[in-house]
Amino acid sequence: MGLWRDIKGTLQPFWITLGYLFTKPVTIQYPEEKLTPPPRYRARIVLTRNPDGSERCVACQLCSAACPVDCISMQAAEDSDGRRYATWFRINFARCIFCGLCAEACPTMAIQTTPDYEICNRDVLKLVQEKEDLLIDGCGKDAEYNYYEHSGVGVVNERGGNDDEYGPVDPKALMP
Amino acid sequence: MNDLLISLILILVKLGMIFGVVLSMAAYLVLAERKILGRMQLRYGPNRVGPGGMIQPLCDVIKLITKEDFVPDRADKWVFLFAPGLTALTALLSFAVVPFSPPLTLFGREIPMVVCDLNIGLLYLFGLSSLAVYGVVLGGWASNSKYSLIGAIRSLAQMLSYELSLGLALVPVVMSAKSFSLTEIVMSQADWPNMLSHPLAFLIFMTSIAAESKRTPFDMPEAENEIVGGFHTEYSGMRFGLFFVGEYINLIVIGAMTTVFFLGGWHGPFLPPVVWFIGKVLFVAFLFIWARGSMPRPRYDQLMHFGWKVLIPLALLNVVITGAVLVAMNG
Ligand code: SF4
Ligand code: SF4
Repeated sequence: MGLWRDIKGTLQPFWITLGYLFTKPVTIQYPEEKLTPPPRYRARIVLTRNPDGSERCVACQLCSAACPVDCISMQAAEDSDGRRYATWFRINFARCIFCGLCAEACPTMAIQTTPDYEICNRDVLKLVQEKEDLLIDGCGKDAEYNYYEHSGVGVVNERGGNDDEYGPVDPKALMP
Repeated sequence: MNDLLISLILILVKLGMIFGVVLSMAAYLVLAERKILGRMQLRYGPNRVGPGGMIQPLCDVIKLITKEDFVPDRADKWVFLFAPGLTALTALLSFAVVPFSPPLTLFGREIPMVVCDLNIGLLYLFGLSSLAVYGVVLGGWASNSKYSLIGAIRSLAQMLSYELSLGLALVPVVMSAKSFSLTEIVMSQADWPNMLSHPLAFLIFMTSIAAESKRTPFDMPEAENEIVGGFHTEYSGMRFGLFFVGEYINLIVIGAMTTVFFLGGWHGPFLPPVVWFIGKVLFVAFLFIWARGSMPRPRYDQLMHFGWKVLIPLALLNVVITGAVLVAMNG
Protein backbone atom coordinates (compact mmCIF):
# COMPACT_ATOMS: atom_id res chain seq x y z
CA MET A 1 0.00 0.00 0.00
CA GLY A 2 2.74 2.39 1.03
CA LEU A 3 4.91 1.34 -1.87
CA TRP A 4 2.06 1.84 -4.31
CA ARG A 5 1.50 5.33 -2.92
CA ASP A 6 5.21 6.13 -3.28
CA ILE A 7 5.31 4.98 -6.89
CA LYS A 8 2.22 7.00 -7.71
CA GLY A 9 3.68 10.02 -5.93
CA THR A 10 6.87 9.69 -7.95
CA LEU A 11 5.23 9.35 -11.35
CA GLN A 12 2.36 11.80 -11.02
CA PRO A 13 4.56 14.95 -10.95
CA PHE A 14 6.08 13.92 -14.27
CA TRP A 15 2.66 13.73 -15.84
CA ILE A 16 1.67 17.13 -14.47
CA THR A 17 4.85 18.91 -15.60
CA LEU A 18 4.49 17.32 -19.03
CA GLY A 19 1.01 18.81 -19.21
CA TYR A 20 2.36 22.23 -18.23
CA LEU A 21 5.07 21.94 -20.88
CA PHE A 22 2.34 22.15 -23.51
CA THR A 23 0.29 24.84 -21.79
CA LYS A 24 0.63 28.46 -22.82
CA PRO A 25 2.76 30.32 -20.26
CA VAL A 26 1.07 32.95 -18.15
CA THR A 27 3.95 35.41 -18.53
CA ILE A 28 3.08 38.82 -19.96
CA GLN A 29 5.85 39.80 -22.38
CA TYR A 30 6.17 43.27 -20.93
CA PRO A 31 7.50 45.79 -23.46
CA GLU A 32 5.40 44.27 -26.23
CA GLU A 33 2.34 43.30 -24.23
CA LYS A 34 1.13 45.56 -21.48
CA LEU A 35 -1.04 44.77 -18.56
CA THR A 36 -3.81 47.23 -17.70
CA PRO A 37 -3.92 47.18 -13.93
CA PRO A 38 -7.23 47.53 -12.08
CA PRO A 39 -8.41 51.12 -11.48
CA ARG A 40 -7.41 51.13 -7.82
CA TYR A 41 -3.83 50.07 -8.61
CA ARG A 42 -1.28 52.16 -6.68
CA ALA A 43 1.27 53.62 -9.07
CA ARG A 44 2.01 57.19 -10.20
CA ILE A 45 0.39 59.77 -7.93
CA VAL A 46 -1.61 62.71 -9.31
CA LEU A 47 -3.30 65.81 -7.92
CA THR A 48 -6.88 66.00 -9.15
CA ARG A 49 -9.27 68.90 -9.61
CA ASN A 50 -12.79 69.66 -8.42
CA PRO A 51 -15.71 69.17 -10.83
CA ASP A 52 -15.66 72.94 -11.40
CA GLY A 53 -12.03 72.83 -12.48
CA SER A 54 -10.38 74.35 -9.40
CA GLU A 55 -7.55 72.61 -7.57
CA ARG A 56 -8.67 70.25 -4.85
CA CYS A 57 -5.57 70.38 -2.69
CA VAL A 58 -5.86 72.65 0.36
CA ALA A 59 -2.24 72.22 1.44
CA CYS A 60 -3.22 70.71 4.75
CA GLN A 61 0.03 68.67 4.94
CA LEU A 62 -1.88 65.53 5.96
CA CYS A 63 -0.49 63.52 3.06
CA SER A 64 3.01 64.62 3.82
CA ALA A 65 2.53 63.71 7.47
CA ALA A 66 1.10 60.31 6.58
CA CYS A 67 3.85 59.45 4.16
CA PRO A 68 6.10 56.84 5.77
CA VAL A 69 9.12 57.81 3.70
CA ASP A 70 8.60 61.58 3.79
CA CYS A 71 8.64 62.08 0.05
CA ILE A 72 5.93 64.76 -0.18
CA SER A 73 6.71 68.37 0.50
CA MET A 74 4.76 71.55 -0.22
CA GLN A 75 4.41 75.20 0.62
CA ALA A 76 0.95 76.32 1.81
CA ALA A 77 -0.58 79.70 0.96
CA GLU A 78 -3.96 81.35 1.28
CA ASP A 79 -6.11 83.16 -1.31
CA SER A 80 -7.84 86.45 -0.62
CA ASP A 81 -11.11 84.58 0.00
CA GLY A 82 -9.51 82.35 2.63
CA ARG A 83 -9.12 79.34 0.33
CA ARG A 84 -5.86 77.54 0.97
CA TYR A 85 -3.68 76.13 -1.79
CA ALA A 86 -0.13 74.89 -2.33
CA THR A 87 2.28 77.30 -4.00
CA TRP A 88 4.51 74.38 -4.82
CA PHE A 89 3.95 70.71 -4.30
CA ARG A 90 6.65 68.09 -4.80
CA ILE A 91 6.66 64.30 -4.75
CA ASN A 92 9.93 62.44 -4.93
CA PHE A 93 9.00 59.25 -6.79
CA ALA A 94 12.50 57.93 -6.36
CA ARG A 95 11.61 57.55 -2.72
CA CYS A 96 7.90 56.82 -2.84
CA ILE A 97 6.98 53.25 -1.94
CA PHE A 98 3.50 53.51 -3.45
CA CYS A 99 1.80 52.60 -0.22
CA GLY A 100 -1.18 54.84 -0.90
CA LEU A 101 -1.30 56.24 2.62
CA CYS A 102 -1.23 59.79 1.28
CA ALA A 103 -4.37 59.16 -0.76
CA GLU A 104 -6.03 57.66 2.31
CA ALA A 105 -5.12 60.64 4.45
CA CYS A 106 -6.27 63.32 2.04
CA PRO A 107 -9.53 64.96 3.16
CA THR A 108 -10.21 66.58 -0.23
CA MET A 109 -9.53 63.58 -2.48
CA ALA A 110 -6.89 65.69 -4.16
CA ILE A 111 -3.99 63.28 -4.07
CA GLN A 112 -4.78 59.98 -5.76
CA THR A 113 -2.92 56.93 -7.00
CA THR A 114 -3.31 55.90 -10.63
CA PRO A 115 -2.58 52.71 -12.59
CA ASP A 116 0.16 54.41 -14.64
CA TYR A 117 3.11 52.23 -13.62
CA GLU A 118 5.62 53.17 -16.33
CA ILE A 119 7.52 55.90 -14.54
CA CYS A 120 10.99 54.48 -14.26
CA ASN A 121 13.74 56.69 -15.54
CA ARG A 122 17.51 56.65 -15.87
CA ASP A 123 17.81 60.17 -14.50
CA VAL A 124 16.80 60.08 -10.88
CA LEU A 125 16.06 63.80 -10.75
CA LYS A 126 13.34 63.34 -13.37
CA LEU A 127 11.54 61.30 -10.75
CA VAL A 128 11.14 64.37 -8.56
CA GLN A 129 7.87 65.77 -9.83
CA GLU A 130 6.54 69.23 -9.23
CA LYS A 131 2.98 70.49 -9.07
CA GLU A 132 2.85 71.12 -12.84
CA ASP A 133 3.68 67.47 -13.49
CA LEU A 134 1.33 66.17 -10.83
CA LEU A 135 -1.78 68.25 -11.46
CA ILE A 136 -4.20 66.73 -13.96
CA ASP A 137 -7.26 68.20 -15.66
CA GLY A 138 -9.77 65.77 -14.20
CA CYS A 139 -11.44 64.59 -11.05
CA GLY A 140 -10.04 61.06 -10.87
CA LYS A 141 -11.91 58.80 -8.51
CA ASP A 142 -14.85 60.34 -6.62
CA ALA A 143 -15.55 62.64 -9.54
CA GLU A 144 -18.52 64.38 -7.86
CA TYR A 145 -16.70 65.28 -4.69
CA ASN A 146 -15.89 68.85 -3.80
CA TYR A 147 -14.59 69.32 -0.27
CA TYR A 148 -15.87 72.87 0.09
CA GLU A 149 -19.44 71.75 -0.67
CA HIS A 150 -19.39 69.64 2.47
CA SER A 151 -17.09 71.42 4.87
CA GLY A 152 -14.43 74.05 5.30
CA VAL A 153 -14.43 77.79 5.68
CA GLY A 154 -16.83 79.72 3.45
CA VAL A 155 -15.41 79.47 0.00
CA VAL A 156 -18.34 77.94 -1.90
CA ASN A 157 -21.06 78.48 0.72
CA GLU A 158 -21.10 80.34 4.01
CA ARG A 159 -19.36 78.68 6.92
CA GLY A 160 -21.69 75.92 8.09
CA GLY A 161 -24.00 76.66 5.19
CA ASN A 162 -23.65 73.36 3.34
CA ASP A 163 -26.66 71.01 3.27
CA ASP A 164 -25.00 68.23 5.26
CA GLU A 165 -23.32 70.52 7.78
CA TYR A 166 -24.21 72.04 11.16
CA GLY A 167 -23.40 75.63 11.92
CA PRO A 168 -20.46 76.43 14.16
CA VAL A 169 -20.87 75.06 17.66
CA ASP A 170 -20.72 77.41 20.64
CA PRO A 171 -18.34 75.59 22.97
CA LYS A 172 -19.70 77.41 26.00
CA ALA A 173 -23.14 75.88 25.37
CA LEU A 174 -21.72 72.38 25.51
CA MET A 175 -21.58 72.15 29.30
CA PRO A 176 -22.45 68.76 30.73
CA MET B 1 55.19 5.27 -40.19
CA ASN B 2 52.77 6.80 -42.68
CA ASP B 3 50.01 4.70 -41.27
CA LEU B 4 50.77 5.94 -37.78
CA LEU B 5 50.68 9.56 -38.95
CA ILE B 6 47.30 9.10 -40.61
CA SER B 7 45.90 7.47 -37.48
CA LEU B 8 47.20 10.33 -35.40
CA ILE B 9 45.64 12.93 -37.67
CA LEU B 10 42.37 11.04 -37.66
CA ILE B 11 42.37 10.96 -33.89
CA LEU B 12 43.02 14.69 -33.73
CA VAL B 13 40.20 15.38 -36.19
CA LYS B 14 37.84 13.23 -34.16
CA LEU B 15 38.93 14.94 -30.97
CA GLY B 16 38.32 18.36 -32.46
CA MET B 17 34.90 17.34 -33.70
CA ILE B 18 33.90 15.85 -30.40
CA PHE B 19 35.10 18.87 -28.44
CA GLY B 20 33.24 21.23 -30.73
CA VAL B 21 30.05 19.24 -30.70
CA VAL B 22 30.12 18.50 -26.99
CA LEU B 23 30.93 22.02 -25.88
CA SER B 24 28.33 23.67 -28.07
CA MET B 25 25.83 20.99 -27.08
CA ALA B 26 26.59 21.74 -23.42
CA ALA B 27 26.08 25.46 -24.00
CA TYR B 28 22.76 24.89 -25.69
CA LEU B 29 21.69 22.32 -23.12
CA VAL B 30 21.90 25.11 -20.54
CA LEU B 31 19.56 27.14 -22.68
CA ALA B 32 17.33 24.14 -23.34
CA GLU B 33 17.16 23.33 -19.65
CA ARG B 34 16.22 26.89 -18.77
CA LYS B 35 13.58 27.03 -21.47
CA ILE B 36 12.07 23.62 -20.74
CA LEU B 37 12.02 24.26 -17.00
CA GLY B 38 10.46 27.62 -17.73
CA ARG B 39 7.70 26.08 -19.81
CA MET B 40 7.08 23.48 -17.13
CA GLN B 41 6.61 26.31 -14.66
CA LEU B 42 4.37 28.24 -17.07
CA ARG B 43 7.02 30.82 -17.94
CA TYR B 44 8.93 31.36 -21.18
CA GLY B 45 12.52 31.16 -19.98
CA PRO B 46 15.20 33.24 -21.69
CA ASN B 47 13.82 34.62 -24.96
CA ARG B 48 15.25 38.11 -25.25
CA VAL B 49 18.73 37.75 -26.75
CA GLY B 50 18.46 36.87 -30.40
CA PRO B 51 15.57 34.92 -31.91
CA GLY B 52 14.04 32.80 -29.18
CA GLY B 53 17.00 33.47 -26.88
CA MET B 54 19.44 31.61 -29.13
CA ILE B 55 22.38 33.92 -28.33
CA GLN B 56 21.87 33.60 -24.58
CA PRO B 57 24.70 31.05 -24.05
CA LEU B 58 27.17 33.42 -25.71
CA CYS B 59 26.08 36.29 -23.50
CA ASP B 60 26.37 34.09 -20.42
CA VAL B 61 29.91 33.17 -21.34
CA ILE B 62 30.88 36.80 -21.93
CA LYS B 63 29.35 37.71 -18.60
CA LEU B 64 31.18 34.91 -16.79
CA ILE B 65 34.53 35.71 -18.38
CA THR B 66 34.36 39.42 -17.62
CA LYS B 67 33.44 38.87 -13.99
CA GLU B 68 35.97 39.15 -11.21
CA ASP B 69 37.85 35.93 -10.50
CA PHE B 70 37.62 35.97 -6.75
CA VAL B 71 39.66 33.86 -4.34
CA PRO B 72 38.44 33.95 -0.75
CA ASP B 73 40.73 35.01 2.06
CA ARG B 74 42.67 32.07 3.55
CA ALA B 75 41.50 29.74 0.80
CA ASP B 76 43.97 27.10 -0.29
CA LYS B 77 44.81 29.09 -3.38
CA TRP B 78 46.27 26.58 -5.82
CA VAL B 79 43.80 23.83 -5.03
CA PHE B 80 41.02 26.37 -5.26
CA LEU B 81 42.14 27.49 -8.70
CA PHE B 82 42.69 23.98 -9.94
CA ALA B 83 39.52 22.21 -8.79
CA PRO B 84 37.00 23.53 -11.37
CA GLY B 85 39.26 22.50 -14.21
CA LEU B 86 39.36 18.98 -12.85
CA THR B 87 35.58 18.73 -12.93
CA ALA B 88 35.29 19.94 -16.51
CA LEU B 89 38.29 17.90 -17.63
CA THR B 90 37.12 14.57 -16.25
CA ALA B 91 33.74 15.14 -17.83
CA LEU B 92 35.33 15.89 -21.21
CA LEU B 93 37.74 12.95 -21.04
CA SER B 94 34.86 10.51 -20.71
CA PHE B 95 34.04 11.02 -24.36
CA ALA B 96 37.22 9.31 -25.45
CA VAL B 97 35.64 5.88 -25.18
CA VAL B 98 32.09 6.61 -26.33
CA PRO B 99 31.34 5.12 -29.77
CA PHE B 100 29.10 7.31 -31.90
CA SER B 101 28.35 5.12 -34.85
CA PRO B 102 29.60 1.93 -36.50
CA PRO B 103 33.09 2.12 -38.08
CA LEU B 104 33.12 4.13 -41.27
CA THR B 105 35.04 3.00 -44.32
CA LEU B 106 36.76 5.92 -46.06
CA PHE B 107 39.34 5.44 -48.89
CA GLY B 108 39.62 1.79 -48.06
CA ARG B 109 40.47 2.47 -44.42
CA GLU B 110 38.24 1.41 -41.59
CA ILE B 111 37.79 4.33 -39.22
CA PRO B 112 36.28 3.47 -35.85
CA MET B 113 33.92 6.27 -34.79
CA VAL B 114 35.33 6.45 -31.31
CA VAL B 115 38.44 8.29 -30.22
CA CYS B 116 39.91 5.32 -28.43
CA ASP B 117 38.23 1.94 -28.35
CA LEU B 118 39.59 0.75 -25.01
CA ASN B 119 38.81 -2.84 -24.19
CA ILE B 120 38.16 -1.70 -20.63
CA GLY B 121 36.14 1.36 -21.64
CA LEU B 122 33.58 0.83 -18.93
CA LEU B 123 36.19 0.72 -16.18
CA TYR B 124 37.76 3.85 -17.65
CA LEU B 125 34.42 5.64 -17.36
CA PHE B 126 34.12 4.57 -13.75
CA GLY B 127 37.64 5.71 -13.04
CA LEU B 128 36.89 9.12 -14.47
CA SER B 129 33.64 9.49 -12.61
CA SER B 130 35.48 8.68 -9.38
CA LEU B 131 38.08 11.30 -10.26
CA ALA B 132 35.29 13.81 -10.86
CA VAL B 133 34.53 13.58 -7.14
CA TYR B 134 37.93 15.14 -6.51
CA GLY B 135 37.06 18.34 -8.39
CA VAL B 136 34.05 18.81 -6.20
CA VAL B 137 35.65 17.80 -2.92
CA LEU B 138 38.84 19.77 -3.45
CA GLY B 139 36.87 22.82 -4.55
CA GLY B 140 34.72 22.62 -1.45
CA TRP B 141 37.65 21.97 0.86
CA ALA B 142 39.86 24.71 -0.53
CA SER B 143 37.18 27.39 -0.34
CA ASN B 144 37.52 27.74 3.44
CA SER B 145 33.76 28.14 3.80
CA LYS B 146 31.40 26.01 5.82
CA TYR B 147 28.79 25.78 3.11
CA SER B 148 31.36 24.64 0.60
CA LEU B 149 32.67 22.07 3.03
CA ILE B 150 29.21 20.70 3.79
CA GLY B 151 28.54 20.50 0.07
CA ALA B 152 31.84 18.74 -0.53
CA ILE B 153 31.26 16.19 2.22
CA ARG B 154 27.78 15.49 0.99
CA SER B 155 28.93 15.00 -2.56
CA LEU B 156 31.75 12.74 -1.42
CA ALA B 157 29.43 10.45 0.51
CA GLN B 158 26.73 10.57 -2.12
CA MET B 159 28.94 9.94 -5.12
CA LEU B 160 30.85 7.15 -3.43
CA SER B 161 27.76 5.29 -2.31
CA TYR B 162 25.89 5.66 -5.56
CA GLU B 163 28.88 4.60 -7.56
CA LEU B 164 28.45 1.16 -6.01
CA SER B 165 24.91 0.69 -7.24
CA LEU B 166 25.89 2.24 -10.56
CA GLY B 167 28.63 -0.32 -11.04
CA LEU B 168 26.45 -3.19 -9.89
CA ALA B 169 23.67 -2.12 -12.26
CA LEU B 170 26.08 -2.36 -15.17
CA VAL B 171 27.32 -5.85 -14.29
CA PRO B 172 24.36 -7.57 -16.02
CA VAL B 173 25.04 -5.50 -19.13
CA VAL B 174 28.66 -6.64 -19.15
CA MET B 175 27.57 -10.19 -18.51
CA SER B 176 25.34 -10.30 -21.54
CA ALA B 177 27.80 -8.43 -23.77
CA LYS B 178 30.75 -10.47 -22.46
CA SER B 179 32.98 -7.43 -22.82
CA PHE B 180 34.00 -4.18 -21.11
CA SER B 181 34.43 -2.37 -24.40
CA LEU B 182 31.70 0.14 -25.13
CA THR B 183 31.69 -0.71 -28.82
CA GLU B 184 31.16 -4.38 -28.02
CA ILE B 185 28.36 -3.50 -25.62
CA VAL B 186 26.60 -1.54 -28.34
CA MET B 187 27.16 -4.37 -30.85
CA SER B 188 25.53 -6.82 -28.45
CA GLN B 189 22.33 -4.77 -28.52
CA ALA B 190 21.87 -4.90 -32.29
CA ASP B 191 18.39 -6.38 -32.13
CA TRP B 192 17.28 -5.89 -28.54
CA PRO B 193 18.25 -2.86 -26.42
CA ASN B 194 19.38 -3.70 -22.92
CA MET B 195 16.66 -1.48 -21.54
CA LEU B 196 14.15 -4.23 -22.38
CA SER B 197 16.28 -7.21 -21.43
CA HIS B 198 17.49 -5.65 -18.15
CA PRO B 199 14.68 -3.32 -17.05
CA LEU B 200 15.59 -3.42 -13.34
CA ALA B 201 19.23 -2.64 -14.09
CA PHE B 202 18.04 0.24 -16.26
CA LEU B 203 15.98 1.78 -13.46
CA ILE B 204 18.78 1.36 -10.91
CA PHE B 205 21.25 2.82 -13.40
CA MET B 206 19.11 5.88 -14.12
CA THR B 207 18.61 6.59 -10.42
CA SER B 208 22.24 6.13 -9.48
CA ILE B 209 23.58 8.11 -12.39
CA ALA B 210 21.33 11.02 -11.47
CA ALA B 211 22.79 10.88 -7.96
CA GLU B 212 26.29 10.38 -9.28
CA SER B 213 26.13 13.47 -11.45
CA LYS B 214 24.29 15.55 -8.83
CA ARG B 215 21.23 16.10 -11.00
CA THR B 216 18.28 17.63 -9.30
CA PRO B 217 16.36 15.08 -7.35
CA PHE B 218 19.76 14.30 -5.82
CA ASP B 219 21.44 17.69 -5.84
CA MET B 220 22.23 17.81 -2.12
CA PRO B 221 25.85 18.87 -2.76
CA GLU B 222 24.53 22.13 -4.25
CA ALA B 223 21.10 22.43 -2.64
CA GLU B 224 20.72 26.18 -3.17
CA ASN B 225 18.08 26.61 -0.52
CA GLU B 226 19.96 24.79 2.24
CA ILE B 227 23.66 25.44 1.74
CA VAL B 228 23.72 28.40 -0.66
CA GLY B 229 25.59 26.82 -3.56
CA GLY B 230 27.30 23.89 -1.88
CA PHE B 231 30.80 23.26 -3.10
CA HIS B 232 30.75 26.17 -5.57
CA THR B 233 29.47 28.80 -3.14
CA GLU B 234 32.75 30.71 -3.19
CA TYR B 235 33.43 30.46 -6.91
CA SER B 236 32.79 33.31 -9.27
CA GLY B 237 33.34 34.17 -12.89
CA MET B 238 34.65 31.58 -15.27
CA ARG B 239 35.69 29.19 -12.50
CA PHE B 240 32.09 28.89 -11.51
CA GLY B 241 31.43 28.65 -15.23
CA LEU B 242 33.71 25.63 -15.45
CA PHE B 243 31.78 23.84 -12.71
CA PHE B 244 28.60 24.80 -14.47
CA VAL B 245 29.71 23.72 -17.92
CA GLY B 246 31.17 20.56 -16.38
CA GLU B 247 27.76 19.76 -15.02
CA TYR B 248 26.19 20.03 -18.45
CA ILE B 249 28.97 18.13 -20.16
CA ASN B 250 28.26 15.54 -17.52
CA LEU B 251 24.64 15.56 -18.56
CA ILE B 252 25.75 14.70 -22.09
CA VAL B 253 28.10 12.06 -20.71
CA ILE B 254 25.32 10.37 -18.79
CA GLY B 255 23.12 10.67 -21.83
CA ALA B 256 25.82 8.95 -23.86
CA MET B 257 26.39 6.30 -21.17
CA THR B 258 22.68 5.51 -20.92
CA THR B 259 22.48 5.33 -24.68
CA VAL B 260 25.44 3.02 -24.96
CA PHE B 261 24.59 0.74 -22.07
CA PHE B 262 20.83 0.53 -22.30
CA LEU B 263 19.28 2.21 -25.32
CA GLY B 264 21.19 0.31 -27.96
CA GLY B 265 23.71 3.00 -28.93
CA TRP B 266 23.55 3.92 -32.58
CA HIS B 267 21.16 1.11 -33.50
CA GLY B 268 17.84 2.20 -34.92
CA PRO B 269 15.82 1.93 -38.10
CA PHE B 270 15.76 4.33 -41.09
CA LEU B 271 17.93 7.22 -39.84
CA PRO B 272 21.74 7.27 -40.00
CA PRO B 273 23.41 5.90 -36.84
CA VAL B 274 24.87 9.23 -35.67
CA VAL B 275 21.43 10.83 -35.74
CA TRP B 276 20.05 7.98 -33.66
CA PHE B 277 22.89 8.34 -31.21
CA ILE B 278 22.53 12.10 -30.74
CA GLY B 279 18.76 11.80 -30.63
CA LYS B 280 18.96 9.24 -27.85
CA VAL B 281 21.47 11.33 -25.92
CA LEU B 282 19.22 14.37 -26.16
CA PHE B 283 16.24 12.30 -25.14
CA VAL B 284 18.02 11.13 -21.97
CA ALA B 285 19.08 14.71 -21.29
CA PHE B 286 15.46 15.73 -21.64
CA LEU B 287 14.46 13.02 -19.16
CA PHE B 288 16.85 14.46 -16.59
CA ILE B 289 15.65 18.01 -17.20
CA TRP B 290 12.10 16.74 -16.88
CA ALA B 291 12.98 15.08 -13.59
CA ARG B 292 14.43 18.37 -12.41
CA GLY B 293 11.17 20.08 -13.17
CA SER B 294 9.12 17.44 -11.39
CA MET B 295 10.91 16.00 -8.39
CA PRO B 296 11.54 17.55 -4.98
CA ARG B 297 14.87 16.98 -3.29
CA PRO B 298 14.83 14.20 -0.66
CA ARG B 299 16.44 14.67 2.73
CA TYR B 300 20.09 13.72 2.97
CA ASP B 301 19.56 10.70 5.24
CA GLN B 302 16.74 9.50 2.98
CA LEU B 303 19.16 9.63 0.08
CA MET B 304 21.69 7.51 1.95
CA HIS B 305 19.02 5.04 3.08
CA PHE B 306 17.75 4.68 -0.44
CA GLY B 307 21.21 4.12 -1.84
CA TRP B 308 22.45 1.58 0.68
CA LYS B 309 19.25 -0.18 1.73
CA VAL B 310 17.30 -0.28 -1.52
CA LEU B 311 19.43 0.24 -4.60
CA ILE B 312 22.52 -1.79 -3.70
CA PRO B 313 20.62 -4.92 -2.52
CA LEU B 314 18.37 -4.68 -5.58
CA ALA B 315 21.36 -4.36 -7.86
CA LEU B 316 23.06 -7.34 -6.21
CA LEU B 317 19.89 -9.39 -6.57
CA ASN B 318 19.71 -8.37 -10.20
CA VAL B 319 23.26 -9.57 -10.80
CA VAL B 320 22.48 -12.94 -9.25
CA ILE B 321 19.28 -13.35 -11.24
CA THR B 322 20.92 -12.36 -14.51
CA GLY B 323 23.74 -14.80 -13.85
CA ALA B 324 21.28 -17.58 -13.13
CA VAL B 325 19.31 -16.87 -16.28
CA LEU B 326 22.45 -16.73 -18.42
CA VAL B 327 23.70 -20.04 -17.03
CA ALA B 328 20.28 -21.61 -17.57
CA MET B 329 20.14 -20.38 -21.16
CA ASN B 330 23.61 -21.68 -22.00
CA GLY B 331 23.31 -24.95 -20.15
S1 SF4 C 1 -3.00 66.58 -1.24
FE1 SF4 C 1 -4.64 66.29 0.19
S2 SF4 C 1 -3.66 65.74 2.12
FE2 SF4 C 1 -2.06 66.53 0.77
S3 SF4 C 1 -1.94 68.70 1.33
FE3 SF4 C 1 -3.34 68.58 -0.39
S4 SF4 C 1 -5.32 68.37 0.56
FE4 SF4 C 1 -3.85 67.94 2.18
S1 SF4 D 1 2.24 56.48 -1.77
FE1 SF4 D 1 3.09 56.33 0.29
S2 SF4 D 1 5.27 56.69 -0.02
FE2 SF4 D 1 4.25 57.44 -1.86
S3 SF4 D 1 3.88 59.58 -1.48
FE3 SF4 D 1 2.05 58.49 -0.82
S4 SF4 D 1 2.36 58.12 1.35
FE4 SF4 D 1 4.37 58.67 0.49
